[in-house]
Amino acid sequence: MSIQATAIHETKSGYWGGGESPYNVSWGKLYMWIFLISDAFTFSSLLIAYGTLRHKFGDSWPIPGDVFHHFPFYHGEIKLAYVGLMTFILIMSSVTMVLAVEAGHRNSKKEVVTWLFLTVIGGLMFLGSQAWEWYHFITGTEEGKMIGGKLIHGANLSINEYGNPLFGDFFFFITGFHGFHVFSGVVLNLIVLILVAQGFNDKKKDYELVEKVGLYWHFVDLVWVFVFTFFYLI
Amino acid sequence: MSETTAIHTDAHHSDDGGRAMRKLIWKTFWILLLITVGEIFIAFTSIPHGVLKLIFISLTIVKAYFIVGTFMHVNHERKQLRFTILLPFMLIIYFIAMLMAEGNYWHWVMNVLEGI
Repeated sequence: MSIQATAIHETKSGYWGGGESPYNVSWGKLYMWIFLISDAFTFSSLLIAYGTLRHKFGDSWPIPGDVFHHFPFYHGEIKLAYVGLMTFILIMSSVTMVLAVEAGHRNSKKEVVTWLFLTVIGGLMFLGSQAWEWYHFITGTEEGKMIGGKLIHGANLSINEYGNPLFGDFFFFITGFHGFHVFSGVVLNLIVLILVAQGFNDKKKDYELVEKVGLYWHFVDLVWVFVFTFFYLI
Repeated sequence: MSETTAIHTDAHHSDDGGRAMRKLIWKTFWILLLITVGEIFIAFTSIPHGVLKLIFISLTIVKAYFIVGTFMHVNHERKQLRFTILLPFMLIIYFIAMLMAEGNYWHWVMNVLEGI
């Protein structure tokens, strides 16, 4: 029996031979990765659908830079500046998140709490910015536009003053779906922040919880980078 | 890369390792910020739209590399995990090619074919 067992052990080697984790990550992190891959497919499908219909209705599609040119406390037009600011806020909150993870590796509870708190603030700032952007998209311009004998201001799901109605639909759906992810991320970050502050992992000396929620938060940032390019820039 | 790999495979950082990691984080932040500002800047130049599209998409992939590689730690994971995460996205590349062709075809049917 013992000879046989040794023989098996000798023939199987390398990462896939058993006896160790081939991925060298915990199951929790692996689950998070599997979820993120499936979520990335969902967002990819939404953006690809946007691209397909934009190719189809290219003639009536608005130029995003002409639609999103508002900036708080400024009455002129600055194209893309506001979404640029939103991107900056989200990248910054990704940085504070990765700094929280790094502090966790050094078991510095105080730093983890500080950085996580700043990440939550960054997330809330982004959500506020998005609400402001939606408000301006929905209310639209003062002049409006005549469509089918009616004066249309702003946008809803069936009609908008900027161009093809599908543009509005995709705007609400894609940025809304992303915004919901940001909202969920803020809630998760807040839960982890409270757990860490209460000393949830004091005994374990392990901050993997922060790493897992961090993966999700960076993913939300990653999606925004793609939304920024395909919705606002191109 | 090899220096940082040595730092991050260990779950716990030494003070030196922590300092190197923080330096890498801030370096990544500046790269991402500069690319984003550059993108907004070149959106207003007179570069033809087709070329501009290609530049934007390339820069987006560069940004994605830094976010996934550094922030999501993938550059420091084992090859096995890296490929498991990245390979499924081959399907997405196929999906993009297929549906862009489809979109152009629909446009052609709508505008050219029905005009005849």
